Amino acid sequence: MILTLAAKELKGLFGTPLAWSVLAVLQAVLAYIFLAQIDSFLAVQPQLEQLANPPGITEYIVAPLFASAAVILLMATPLLSMRLIAEERRNRTLSLLLSAPLSMTEIVLGKFFGLLLFLALIIGLALAMALGLYAGGSIDLGLLAANLLGLLLLASCFAALGLYFSTLTDSPSVAGIASLGASLGLWVINMAAADPDSLLHYFSLLKHFESFNRGLIDSGDGAFFLLFSAVFLVFSIRRLDGERLRG
Amino acid sequence: MNEITLLASDLTRRYGSHTAVNGVGFELRQGEVLGFLGPNGAGKSTTMQMLTGNLAPSSGSIEICGIDLLERPKAAKALIGYLPETPPLYRDLSVHEFLTLSAKLHRVPRKQMSALVERAKLRCGLDQAGGKLIGSLSKGYQQRVGIAQAIVHNPRVVILDEPTVGLDPIQIREIRELIRELGGEHSVILSTHILPEVESICDRVQIMHQGQLVFSDSIDALRRYRQGNTLEVGLRHPPAPGELEAINGVSRVEAAEDGLWRLHFAPGGDPTDTLVALAAERRWGLFRLQPAQTSLEEVFVHLTRSEALV
Repeated sequence: MILTLAAKELKGLFGTPLAWSVLAVLQAVLAYIFLAQIDSFLAVQPQLEQLANPPGITEYIVAPLFASAAVILLMATPLLSMRLIAEERRNRTLSLLLSAPLSMTEIVLGKFFGLLLFLALIIGLALAMALGLYAGGSIDLGLLAANLLGLLLLASCFAALGLYFSTLTDSPSVAGIASLGASLGLWVINMAAADPDSLLHYFSLLKHFESFNRGLIDSGDGAFFLLFSAVFLVFSIRRLDGERLRG
Repeated sequence: MNEITLLASDLTRRYGSHTAVNGVGFELRQGEVLGFLGPNGAGKSTTMQMLTGNLAPSSGSIEICGIDLLERPKAAKALIGYLPETPPLYRDLSVHEFLTLSAKLHRVPRKQMSALVERAKLRCGLDQAGGKLIGSLSKGYQQRVGIAQAIVHNPRVVILDEPTVGLDPIQIREIRELIRELGGEHSVILSTHILPEVESICDRVQIMHQGQLVFSDSIDALRRYRQGNTLEVGLRHPPAPGELEAINGVSRVEAAEDGLWRLHFAPGGDPTDTLVALAAERRWGLFRLQPAQTSLEEVFVHLTRSEALV
């Protein structure tokens, strides 16, 4: 049932020009960054060869590409997540789901996975570019896998956060700006803390993504991302349930 | 007596200090069409939202075919089809896609899927419109898609919130026919604020006013109640009111608009025959004689005043 809902969400996305334009624009931006990195790599390659332990093409090209993709996802996810519940509420279509034999958990998870699949598609396109490097050399697959996993986990955080803000209002644009603000805030929250042991560092999504970006799969960071997504999914379920109870 | 398909007892819904629905209880039997009548804001929609699990009641219980809606919502909801006031339509989907989605959401087995979707389309007169986008359909057709969505999974109870609002007279007639047809195998609850609509489709009627049930009886009882003990008489050369009052059985005479007279009479003492005979004999020029029907507003006023009928 979750799959049916996720498929419906995905289909709904592709039924609008929004999904296609998001895919096209993001791919164009990522491709530009990718090419710029290749250019710069080719320019410094002779000097790199003189180093004792030079960074490979994965480290030099793919890691920055995925780091940029993370920021781009941060900007793009609210655009996609804002409609999830808010628009159904505005168009009065939410009652179709509420009167169907579905639990609130199924509705929320269906919407979440629908969006996550779409984000995975964006990530997949970035991955395809990275794999294209095989044409000119070999890739550090471990580093690539760590980046991929980190980006997927990060995307699920953005999706869960965006979904929650979408349950709060019936205006998609309000949900959009609120979730953009929240994710941006959580991204850079550590900037205010000079002390590296500050609690603020712990809540910074950027900090947790950095280790994945360096090729380090830290289970603590992974758990943080999973927990973060779970918390906002539970908030969304509770919020929708509360609406049914209190009206 | 047919099996009870829906049993609501003592439903109450409060919004803060405001009580939208207060202690409403009723039952619905297999094959019955029940009309929910009431002015806007009487609590009809709130009641229907509670019956379909869209809104949790503050207190009270709902059973669908013996299954408690609050304790086993999934099992109970599978037996309900619901058309809210605004049909929940995805404008970007075609009629066929939308009905298939709705059937899937209601856990229709894959094997029966296409047969049921085709049947719903046929019953709602959508067989020609299957490939069209819902957004491009006229209001009447969108309403049909809304009804098709509510019956596609072959539910035991169909709940329709103001199904004929905003339609033209021909469409209204078609939708009414469809609802009467649905009443054959499903149980139907529909809400409206149009009195004749209830009289033409429903077997039973419930009138809500300010969140409470003020009337619950068969259609015939409502009809009797509406007709009451009043005659509307039109006379070209009316006599003095005293002469009319003197007619055997007439209890009170009042002048109505357009030169008409309203004759109230005691129950059982219908003075029609005497009146016609007298009018002919004394040349009053009788041009109109009909039992006066009370309007819906009058019924409401009556009902809310006389607690005896509850």
